[in-house]
Amino acid sequence: MAEQRTLKLFRGTREGGELKEYQVAAGEGSVVLDAVHTIQAEQAPDLAVRWNCKAGKCGSCSAEINGKPKLMCMTRMSDYPADETITIMPMKAFPVIKDLVTDVSWNYEVNKRIPAFQPRKPDAPDGTWRMYQFEVERPQEFRKCIECFLCQDVCHVLRTHDKHEQFMGPAMLVRAAVYEMHPLDEADRREHLRRQGGIGYCNITKCCTEVCPESITITDNAIIPLKERVVDADYDPLAALWRKLTG
Amino acid sequence: MSPQDIRTHNYDVVVIGAGGAGLRAAIEASAQKAKVALVCKSLLGKAHTVMAEGGAAAALANVFPEDNWRVHFRDTMRGGKMHNNWRMAQIHAQEAPDRIKELEAWGALFDRTPDGRINQRPFGGHTYSRLAHVGDRTGLEMIRVLQDKGVHSGIDVHMECTIVRLFVSGGRIAGALGYFRENGRFVLFNSGAIVLATGGIGKAWQITSNSWEYTGDGHALAYEAGAELIDMEFVQFHPTGMVWPPSVRGILVTEGVRGEGGVLKNNTGERFMFRYMPDMFKGDYAETEAEADAWVKGDRKKNRRPPELLTRDVVAKAIKKEVEEGRGTEHGGVFLDIASKQSPDYIKRKLPSMYHQFKELAHVDITKDAMEIGPTTHYVMGGVKVDAETQESTVPGLYAAGEVAGGMHGANRLGGNSLSDLLVFGRRAGQYAASQRSPAPRIPTDEIETAMREALAPFEREGENPFAVQAALQKVMQRDASIIRDKRGLENALAELEKLKARARNVGVTGSREYNPGWHTAIDLRSLLVVAEASARAALERTESRGAHTRSDYPDSDEKQAREQIAIKKEGDRMVVRREAQSPIPADLMALIKEGK
Repeated sequence: MAEQRTLKLFRGTREGGELKEYQVAAGEGSVVLDAVHTIQAEQAPDLAVRWNCKAGKCGSCSAEINGKPKLMCMTRMSDYPADETITIMPMKAFPVIKDLVTDVSWNYEVNKRIPAFQPRKPDAPDGTWRMYQFEVERPQEFRKCIECFLCQDVCHVLRTHDKHEQFMGPAMLVRAAVYEMHPLDEADRREHLRRQGGIGYCNITKCCTEVCPESITITDNAIIPLKERVVDADYDPLAALWRKLTG
Repeated sequence: MSPQDIRTHNYDVVVIGAGGAGLRAAIEASAQKAKVALVCKSLLGKAHTVMAEGGAAAALANVFPEDNWRVHFRDTMRGGKMHNNWRMAQIHAQEAPDRIKELEAWGALFDRTPDGRINQRPFGGHTYSRLAHVGDRTGLEMIRVLQDKGVHSGIDVHMECTIVRLFVSGGRIAGALGYFRENGRFVLFNSGAIVLATGGIGKAWQITSNSWEYTGDGHALAYEAGAELIDMEFVQFHPTGMVWPPSVRGILVTEGVRGEGGVLKNNTGERFMFRYMPDMFKGDYAETEAEADAWVKGDRKKNRRPPELLTRDVVAKAIKKEVEEGRGTEHGGVFLDIASKQSPDYIKRKLPSMYHQFKELAHVDITKDAMEIGPTTHYVMGGVKVDAETQESTVPGLYAAGEVAGGMHGANRLGGNSLSDLLVFGRRAGQYAASQRSPAPRIPTDEIETAMREALAPFEREGENPFAVQAALQKVMQRDASIIRDKRGLENALAELEKLKARARNVGVTGSREYNPGWHTAIDLRSLLVVAEASARAALERTESRGAHTRSDYPDSDEKQAREQIAIKKEGDRMVVRREAQSPIPADLMALIKEGK
């Protein structure tokens, strides 16, 4: 049973653009991405939108739907009353390429600079390690990240204050947390997190945690423990002495 | 077309496709000190591998000490209905454990056994619990690990770049032409070694678990470059895709649900898979519900696996039959029930993304209610014909690995064998592409200009909407070249595809070259038409039923055709179909396959 719906989509480029209104028939159980695809296939073939899996697993179709950062593939049309216009804007924290597609390449540059994984020596003669389920569960939470960058989009340090040069943002802190809390890792990323990463910019408003489609407890489980490590490294005289002694 | 319209790069090795196989190939080529480009159609880390859920099959023997490569090889050959390239199946079974351990050394966090090793889960067609996994998001874990390894290996990544043509000069691969989605500008990669790792062709069907990217680009690029394709009739329809609501039809439901104890039921509540045991597997599976349940509860030494864990071809056909005979659900599927077999906590821990997917998209709580599922186009066993050792195609310097390569999986792929295939053969392709590399032959300028002109042609026309032609193609393949085929349907499909080719030549696009999906679809259509035709022609040629290829007019397997391969090649402007004999399976390996029977 298709239902007539009204959508307003941002159409434009880096230079600017406007909201354009479309009428579309939305089928039963359809999601916002379906409606956008119908518009693309029938009314506006040059409408730019990123997507891949359409099942909330790849994190490509991030956008701002009626002001809320969401994945278009996981947002059902029926979440909005039939008479409500659904307005879709591209993510604000990144430069627009065209229509709903933004330039997220900055995230990839930031990720490249995070010091790489460095495992301890293998535990067994056959070159393998022993890790227990309770140990891997903590970093496994962060590996659920699908790199949708919605947390970057909502983070006021990036969104409002445009501190992309100074602050790596919650998504990349989660990336660093995977290895920082990896049972085998021996690299030290504290200096990186403090200086290039600008972890101090985060003032724990938890907006990132709220928008995460994977329900990763970004602030409490990733950022706060990382902040503690960085602070310990800076201000704990015993730890500083220990580092000096052990190199 | 002015020269400034195109950017040119020179590389030792160019890898096209950045899923598991492409990333693994690029990492290996880079380790051999080659200058490597990795070209992705989407953003890095979004490739289809992220959707792989269940796990990667490798005889690590962490759960069943009696497992080894020989058993894995036997399972793979039997699952492939003896049609596999035996040498690839052997290499795969032998090397998969090392490739998984290597991922751990690069930071992968697989689920653990109680004694701290990599845990392994049971899956369809595997004798022992064999799949290294991370809940039900194994592919995501793999791609992140490879992505991070890759970016620290000095590989140049070209994102959102679609390759439209390969160039062959003096009989060797010479380079590739592509365009960047962002601005529509062309890019030329000069390279004497190119690895195709572009995945599959599932977007040629209507009901599919595959994304927009899966238009068979690598298959079509290789074909146009003169390489041979094999086994294109073998397309895997995964038994469990979502069927309701309509907008999610086709989205994958991992086989892990059945691996963790989920059962299939028809509308009478009957566990129907007990009625569908093929002769080849008689004696390997539980014969009563009590035995199957005991196995699920962990008593795996004394009991045999549930019949829900038969190979995918068998399960998909059983579901189709149940529905056709009136025992389906309201929306044309059957029930997949794990709620009555496992606790809510266990389900949420082992299958978190399935729980989430059904809750969000179908408003079904899988810890309480059964899922409605039905077959969905999932994977193509066929692909570019390659040398088992090197992954080199029949065009020198052109390699293929992962789903785009043919042979490894025969007539039907076992679940879990794809993620391990990507690693094993991605590495080999990267290794040989780098070590055998030679300077890129010069590409004649007029060939580059022709390719660019053809790509831009849709802008010059006021023609049909490319999305309409794509939808029509999907409809034809779904109706006439799907899970059960016959001569009449396949001939009809071929006739329809001829009409669609004419329509595709006349599609037009509006707007600019900047991020224009209409234009992208017009270009992808060229690939879709090649793979759809290849698949239909091969299916028409194979006059028997085997694995995923089922002919209602030839319902039985014909042992004479078991080791015959349907090969497809471009000659002039014609798609030529040939039967080729595969090399016989050596006696020692044949003995392995027969063991335990």
